[in-house]
Amino acid sequence: MIEVRNIKKCFGDQDILRGISTQFQKGKCNLIIGSSGAGKTVFLKCLVGLFNPEDGEILYDNRPIGSMGVKEKKKLRNEMGMLFQGNALFDSLTVEQNVRFPLDMFSEMSLEEKTERVNFCLSRVNLANANDKYPGEISGGMMKRVGIARAIVMNPKYLFCDEPNSGLDPKTALVIDDLIKEITVEYNITTVINTHDMNSVMGIGDKVTFLHQGYKHWEGSKEQVMEETENKELYEFIFASDFLKKLREAALQNK
Amino acid sequence: MFTRPENLSMYAKETMRQVYQIGIGSVLIIAIVSTFVGAVTAVQFSYQLLDIGLIPMWWMGIIVRDSLILEMAPTICALLLAGKVGSNIASELGSMRVTEQIDALEIMGVNTTAYLIGPKILGGLIIVPFLIIMAVGLGIIGGGIAGVLGDFFSTADYVRGLQDGHEAFYIVIMLIKCYVFAFIITSVACYQGFYVKGGALEIGNASTRAVVNSSIVIIIANFLIAFLLL
Repeated sequence: MIEVRNIKKCFGDQDILRGISTQFQKGKCNLIIGSSGAGKTVFLKCLVGLFNPEDGEILYDNRPIGSMGVKEKKKLRNEMGMLFQGNALFDSLTVEQNVRFPLDMFSEMSLEEKTERVNFCLSRVNLANANDKYPGEISGGMMKRVGIARAIVMNPKYLFCDEPNSGLDPKTALVIDDLIKEITVEYNITTVINTHDMNSVMGIGDKVTFLHQGYKHWEGSKEQVMEETENKELYEFIFASDFLKKLREAALQNK
Repeated sequence: MFTRPENLSMYAKETMRQVYQIGIGSVLIIAIVSTFVGAVTAVQFSYQLLDIGLIPMWWMGIIVRDSLILEMAPTICALLLAGKVGSNIASELGSMRVTEQIDALEIMGVNTTAYLIGPKILGGLIIVPFLIIMAVGLGIIGGGIAGVLGDFFSTADYVRGLQDGHEAFYIVIMLIKCYVFAFIITSVACYQGFYVKGGALEIGNASTRAVVNSSIVIIIANFLIAFLLL
């Protein structure tokens, strides 16, 4: 479980996060949503320790990241996996070398064991026969899968995904969502996902946290999102399109 | 930066990759430039000294050798490498920064400054002296060929000059310059690339700054070394 206690972050005199508290449960997909500039990416970067918040605390299974020494932080980071918006695959390495990189750097495994683990992770994300290709030679969807394979290769306890569906067609986006959900449940990972994609919210949002102007504006499940009418900002964000508005009305009528 | 490497063999592998990239990738341009620098040094000095007529032409061996060892080879090679290697390093690190590859390494728990910068500086320190020594050799050969072909001096005169009055201390100065310049080229470029913020435009700017800044620092360091040691 990840517990966030009143974190604040500013850049210069601009407050980005203004005291956010929440919890992310194990084995669940925890989605962070919000419009552009709401502070989602900064929040995620604070969670993983790329940014240091000015105030507040982040606890990983009761271990506060802010007061950790270099060794403890390194150990914690070995328990994290992250899928980046732009995939962040290493251009000069093949798919297999990209996925193997964390193992090469941190594990004591033999080359055979590493190769076996890499092949297992690549097959888990349904990506066989691409081991020798470079990131520039594969499609966006395949790159996302490689990113997921690299993120899970060290058996992480915590998985972070920054807009995993950006740049993907709707069908591939659903496949990636399903994959993240399956992996989260299968390995009992605490997964935190930054997204704009309402399909993801409706599909895999076990818990949805809505950020607005640096505040946590709303929190609930995907079912509650559909029924929410009180929160104007959330309503306007979720049901920005006519299609979703009509979908919501139909769902409420069926009830 | 100065922490125990996560996995020494990965750092060694990365250092060897840098040695290859900096060294092998620069052999051709260094070879061409240094040969012609040696040639033009021989031709230019011979032409000037022939006019005076007071200096025996076998001195050309000494002049070409010493000017290459002390000045031409280290400085010209360093400026060439600042352009080729410096811009390459800055743009590589800059694009890694903007495409979040450096963040990805951080999240994995890799000490990014040590892993990305350390091998580049070490690789430069290992290979740049070899490139400059090669440049001296090829410059001397180039000078000899140009002088003989231009009928300024004979091969025997030139070889006599090369063998005469050799100062071992000049080699020490050359090696000091090699290591100082190698450190400047790689560290300035790493700094400019590693701290890029923004997008493609900033990568280009960082690359330009790496070349300009390291060239200026090389020229100043070159003067200080000569001033203090000669």
